[in-house]
Amino acid sequence: MAANYKPQARRTYSRRAKSNPRIRELERGTPGGKNPGKDAAHGLRPGPRSTLNVYLSHHLWVAVSTLGSLWRSPLSTLLTSSVIAIALALPAGLYVMLQNVQQLSSSWENSSQISVFLKSGQTESQLRTVREQLQAWPEIQAVHYISAEQALAEFRQSSGFGEALQILDQNPLPEMFVIQPAIQLSDSRRLQELQSRLDSLPQVDQTLLDMQWVLRLSAIIDTGKRMVFILGALLFIAILLVIGNTIRLTIFNKRQEIVVTKLIGATNQFIRRPFLYTGFWYGVFGALLAWLLVTVLLALLKGPIDDLSLLYESQFSLNTMGVTLSGSLFAVGILLGLLGSWLAVSRHLKAIEPK
Amino acid sequence: MISFVNAYKRYPGGRDALKNISFTIAKGEMVFLTGHSGAGKSSLLKLIPIIERTTRGEVILDGKNLSRVSNRQIPYLRRKIGVVFQDHNLLPERTVFDNVALPLVIAGEHPTETGRRVRAALDKVGLLGKERAYPIALSGGEQQRVGIARAVVNRPPVLLADEPTGNLDPELSREIMSLFEQFTTVGVTVLVATHDLDLIGRMNHRLLALREGELVADGPTQELLRQ
Repeated sequence: MAANYKPQARRTYSRRAKSNPRIRELERGTPGGKNPGKDAAHGLRPGPRSTLNVYLSHHLWVAVSTLGSLWRSPLSTLLTSSVIAIALALPAGLYVMLQNVQQLSSSWENSSQISVFLKSGQTESQLRTVREQLQAWPEIQAVHYISAEQALAEFRQSSGFGEALQILDQNPLPEMFVIQPAIQLSDSRRLQELQSRLDSLPQVDQTLLDMQWVLRLSAIIDTGKRMVFILGALLFIAILLVIGNTIRLTIFNKRQEIVVTKLIGATNQFIRRPFLYTGFWYGVFGALLAWLLVTVLLALLKGPIDDLSLLYESQFSLNTMGVTLSGSLFAVGILLGLLGSWLAVSRHLKAIEPK
Repeated sequence: MISFVNAYKRYPGGRDALKNISFTIAKGEMVFLTGHSGAGKSSLLKLIPIIERTTRGEVILDGKNLSRVSNRQIPYLRRKIGVVFQDHNLLPERTVFDNVALPLVIAGEHPTETGRRVRAALDKVGLLGKERAYPIALSGGEQQRVGIARAVVNRPPVLLADEPTGNLDPELSREIMSLFEQFTTVGVTVLVATHDLDLIGRMNHRLLALREGELVADGPTQELLRQ
């Protein structure tokens, strides 16, 4: 109700002011009563002394003094920062893990092959035509021909059934092509399209996509990344709420101080500043703790994983958080700190006015 | 310096706190505002730094019609008004120096100038040695003087005081009042709300008397008190 009635009242007396010569005489600062807002503002702006330097040094002072007041209550600062750190470390840690798994699987990407088993009883020239035809397809990088004899020889060598195979009076193995696709493994849809196109050729008996499980792994990684993204979004909201609530409590604790500073001419900006810096520091501490958490976690895992990859004769080694990821961690922490405190301040500061 | 022209203040409840108030206070004048509690002293003082706005009528401060000062401009207006409160409103976790420096910090004053002015203000109220103390370590009279130092540190042309001696014994009260008198000699306009008639009777300044929101008397203190 009060909100409605104030602006209305103001409009009324602005009109009265023009008609009353006594008031006009008293209003020296607003000649002719024209453009009153502008003139009033001119007289009420801060003086030339408020230079950029003073402004910046005030920012520095606020930054240091809010840091100091957080330092003086270490337990509550640590608690809030830890909550933020865990909420940041969880998605960051999972993301690093997924990146590692992805890196591991990408080393198999080039070995994805399609085995094409051909119908028996085809002449060599027929096969050559099919091969040339296939090599012209843009999604095929290379076609290797393996004759039935070659395949048998290979099988005899690697399987250990050499003796048993000699009993057979004819070669049971078909001729085949081994096809190297020119398609990324991650693009499983196009890979499968290629497979079914090959399948539909009249000369082809059967095809086999060797790296089916790599495809599945890649799909799982994609799902995992999406889940990390969703988890991250939820946890970021949680961080906003935690910081917002902490700042809200600080605002209520400093209610008297806010009222007094407003009474002696502080702008909302001035009052908002220390709270924004408090949120900023929470973000910095949270990100720092999160970075430590993830780094320690990865260091603990590095030993066993290196042993494991040695057993698999793999060159794989666990990657730690890179500069980019560490940088984004801090950027996200600071951003969430500022945003959380800004939301709390803009929500609660208006309610605190001198009475 | 301060003019009220047919000013009314009605709170949302419907009660008229101020009715048709008109007066003008000249630059450098010291004026007492008196009346029983609830007569409208505080309401009247609140109109000047726009803690409240008039319902009807105008308040003109240093040539500015306050009804034309937008909410965004209020902080800059308040920097031209020093306010002394009954309960002094010092910030307990800051030193005397920092409390007094606050208006200058808010106004973006240079630190060296701030230090100089804070010491000058503390010197004026006789507390130069207490810069590093915290308000809690000071007596009631000293706290009130810190409040005054804070109110005058940025040399506002107008000084308002709401029951500044409410919690002080008579001797301290007289000290505070004579401090206010000194400010008028350098051109500061001082408006003091008080119900301590004994105290203001000893000093012959102009008196504004309120009763139930109306201005019932305006004249030299001693003359009015005799009636």
